[in-house]
Amino acid sequence: MSKSQVKLIDENGLRVDGRKSDELREIKLEVGILANADGSAFIRQGKNKIIAAVYGPRELHPKHMALPDRAILRCTYRMASFSVQERKSPAPSRREIELSKIIREALEPAIFLEFFPRSVIDVYIQVLEADGGTRCASVTAASLALADAGIPMRDLVAGCAVGKADGVIIVDLCDIEDKEGEADIPMAMMPQLRRFTLLQMDGNLTKEEFNKAIELGVNAIMKIYNLQKQALREKYLKIREEVLSGNNNRR
Amino acid sequence: MRKLPLLVERKAIVVPGDVLAEGNFKPGDYVVRIGNKLFATQIGLVEVKGNTVFVVPLRGKYIPRVGDLVIGTIVDYSLTSWKVDINSAYLATLPVDLAINKKFDIIKDELTRYFDIGDVIHAKIVAFSRVEMPILSTKDRGLGKLHGGMLYYIHPTRIPRLIGRKGSMINLIKKETGCKIKIGQNGVIWVSCINPEYEMIVVKCIRKIEREAHTEGLTDRIKMLITEEKSKLSQRGATDE
Repeated sequence: MSKSQVKLIDENGLRVDGRKSDELREIKLEVGILANADGSAFIRQGKNKIIAAVYGPRELHPKHMALPDRAILRCTYRMASFSVQERKSPAPSRREIELSKIIREALEPAIFLEFFPRSVIDVYIQVLEADGGTRCASVTAASLALADAGIPMRDLVAGCAVGKADGVIIVDLCDIEDKEGEADIPMAMMPQLRRFTLLQMDGNLTKEEFNKAIELGVNAIMKIYNLQKQALREKYLKIREEVLSGNNNRR
Repeated sequence: MRKLPLLVERKAIVVPGDVLAEGNFKPGDYVVRIGNKLFATQIGLVEVKGNTVFVVPLRGKYIPRVGDLVIGTIVDYSLTSWKVDINSAYLATLPVDLAINKKFDIIKDELTRYFDIGDVIHAKIVAFSRVEMPILSTKDRGLGKLHGGMLYYIHPTRIPRLIGRKGSMINLIKKETGCKIKIGQNGVIWVSCINPEYEMIVVKCIRKIEREAHTEGLTDRIKMLITEEKSKLSQRGATDE
């Protein structure tokens, strides 16, 4: 059945990087890393390194693009030429333009765009290092950057990929599992509202496998969601603690 | 319906998607009701007033409000109006008849005699809504062109903290340093000092307030900061007057 040449799951049921089938890669989230952006976030998910920056709401040029009743959202997903093994041409590729679009569509339902008529919210996503699942990690980082920019949102958006390799349903695919595996489902959702905003599939799955994959994916997204909330609060809690301990020292 | 307690503590830091309350609470600023639950839509601090739950935001661009005093920079002018950058998502308009008390003759007079590009003005927002761009006026007392001084930009959400209850914070800073300070609700602060050392103290205060806006007992800490900085100055022998 499997067309893969590489063994993706070993005798112990572990994956190429030693993870269990439903285990996420190590995720580090950081908020407010760029001083000049209105909001920014950084995500490191395994070997992925992605920066997201948000500008706006701001005035839209050219003016004819403006909508009279709401803001427009512009997303730019771009990979650095050094982000992959083989140098990527710096010109925007078909893939990057498509990913910009699907990331925009994954974020749009979460934002109250109608609060800012005639303006624009720009989201720039720069992939510094890619190792599979960058579109989901980008959505996770971009929604953090939007929240950091103080843009009213219904919920944060968290993303994760699920798939199948060597007949096993696996979570958070890395590059080789994505390329050699049998199926790949990138998904993103607003976890609190239980609404999907991104769902794609590449490869073949039976109905049962698909349902199992979605279930595992939702669990993984919940974990990422909690990390997101923690990362957003951390900055302010740190200052609060610092102030409290400072006061006690003086007394 | 039975009234249920809040699901989070007051003054807790919330982020978009946090459930604040269930049942018959009213959603205030930056809170939405979806189904039976109230959700926060902004990163900020939870507050309750009566039956209304709202979030005091910690981040976000300035959204114009009628009656706000703002500080803006002239960026363009036409025959009868100026365009003013008010550090917001929208460019504001200042029409001549709302700017000067004299009669304005389009043929004889020139707008740049009053305000030129690059000038900084203190103005009031007299109109703004979903369908119209903000309109400014400089006719009230104390409004108009600002001469000299320096501009400092902070988060517009921290402005209420900088002003303090009934102006307590800003009056403290003004009294202790003797600087002239004007605050725009849009996060722009104009500071004019005779002594540059004192201006540095003001800036340090502003930065501290911006950083620690979500903590309590800030006025006391600012008082302490000013005394510390002042004693440092006198040790170095800088002039007090």
